[in-house]
Amino acid sequence: MSVALIVSGALAIGGALGVILARAPVHSVIALIVNFLGLAGVYLSLQAEFLAVAQVIVYAGAVMILFLFVIALLTVKREPMERLTARTAGRLPLNLLAAFAMAFLVVLAIVRSDPGGSVAVPSNFGTVRAMGETLLVTHVFPFEIAALVLLVAVVGVVVLVGRRPEKGRE
Amino acid sequence: MVADSLVAVTIRSLVLIIVLLTVFAYLMLFERKFLGWFHLRLGPNRTGPWGLAQPIADGVKMIFKEDIIPRDADRFIFKLAPVISLFVAFAAFAVIPVGPPLKIGNWTVPLSIADPNAGVLVLLAFTSLGVYGIALGGWASQSKYSLLGALRSTAQMISYELTMGMSLVGVILLAGSLRLSDIVTAQESLWFIVRQPVGFILFFISVVAEVNRVPFDLPEAETELVAGYHTEYSGMRFAMFAIAEYVNMITVSSLVTLLYLGGWRGPAFLPPVVWFLLKVSFFVFLFIWMRATLPRLRYDRLMAFGWKVMLPVAFLNLVATAAWVAFR
Repeated sequence: MSVALIVSGALAIGGALGVILARAPVHSVIALIVNFLGLAGVYLSLQAEFLAVAQVIVYAGAVMILFLFVIALLTVKREPMERLTARTAGRLPLNLLAAFAMAFLVVLAIVRSDPGGSVAVPSNFGTVRAMGETLLVTHVFPFEIAALVLLVAVVGVVVLVGRRPEKGRE
Repeated sequence: MVADSLVAVTIRSLVLIIVLLTVFAYLMLFERKFLGWFHLRLGPNRTGPWGLAQPIADGVKMIFKEDIIPRDADRFIFKLAPVISLFVAFAAFAVIPVGPPLKIGNWTVPLSIADPNAGVLVLLAFTSLGVYGIALGGWASQSKYSLLGALRSTAQMISYELTMGMSLVGVILLAGSLRLSDIVTAQESLWFIVRQPVGFILFFISVVAEVNRVPFDLPEAETELVAGYHTEYSGMRFAMFAIAEYVNMITVSSLVTLLYLGGWRGPAFLPPVVWFLLKVSFFVFLFIWMRATLPRLRYDRLMAFGWKVMLPVAFLNLVATAAWVAFR
């Protein structure tokens, strides 16, 4: 394990903890950005250069700025923290059960995975060219399907929230 | 790139930061001088001969100013925001090569901090993070002007980032590489401004919007928003935003030079680095020239222009370039 992997891994875990422990929602957003940057560092230390950059551009850059937009506008005024009400407290056992089930699955996956020793990666592994060939030559059909699904989502958003010219007011 | 030792990278980074800070300080002076001349005034001329000590005076003033934090501000984020802006501005410049590797005796000194495989993308990644400094700073100030300025700025930067990326892809398609030094090499016979004129215009307009300069300086439209996102900032924290803005200006000027004007290539009677600096200086001057000449756009027109004119043209340019590359 390289130093870069350990540092960025710690950054990612620290960010993830920050998301759930921060008191102000905006601080949670910042922690999540730190988490994404840490993940990008992990990718980079595993020589997935393109994936790391894409992670920063798409998640840390574009997605999180929208989160920030929404949360910053909703919490312009400081409001008191939500307390543990009777309604949420009643769900505690169920939540704990779900958390343990999730943790069990993760541990199971780690235990059953085959580390397989270190495998030499091809020299062009993770470069833009290699990624591009995998995405746009080998797997071009699933790639286009995914693009189509995203397009449908975009059209859906426009249909749902787009402003229509009101009739009779022209 | 692998042989680059940590010490060498650190030294180059320190040199880069010192150079950029000095250039920033005198860029401010030159901007004020030029604006003065454009307005038929003298510009700063009291501190030192020809006003040359003005940047030092400004720096001292900024350092000794009282650091004011608004009562209702989110103190942590208020302090964090200018640091993000400054860090991202410096980090983005790290991937910009200012010339071919320099040979001193047995040593080869690369003239950039790093020349990663995905150079252009790394730069885009850093610019996309730059929005946070402005968005968070405006939000944390807990002031109407700051918040509105930050929101405008964020919307504007996200919108024009799209066009910027789209017009960039044309160059990448022609060069066949994302590495900035490869892109410069690909322009050996012909600069990309000739092969991508539409892309060049789109790219230049979007970088002006990206660094929030006139005529796209809506985030700090002083007639309506006082000073936009940095209204509540004073002293060094304000200076950090200012440094970030000017360093970004130098970065995008360098980027335009590398992508469209052949980088450091030029007739051999001047060294490559000088050619690079000349081309970058021209674009920086263009930024100042535009500030003295152009009025500010109205906000809704700016957004409409970005989404309804710039983006479709960028798409057409991209498809045309891709078709040309494919059927060549």
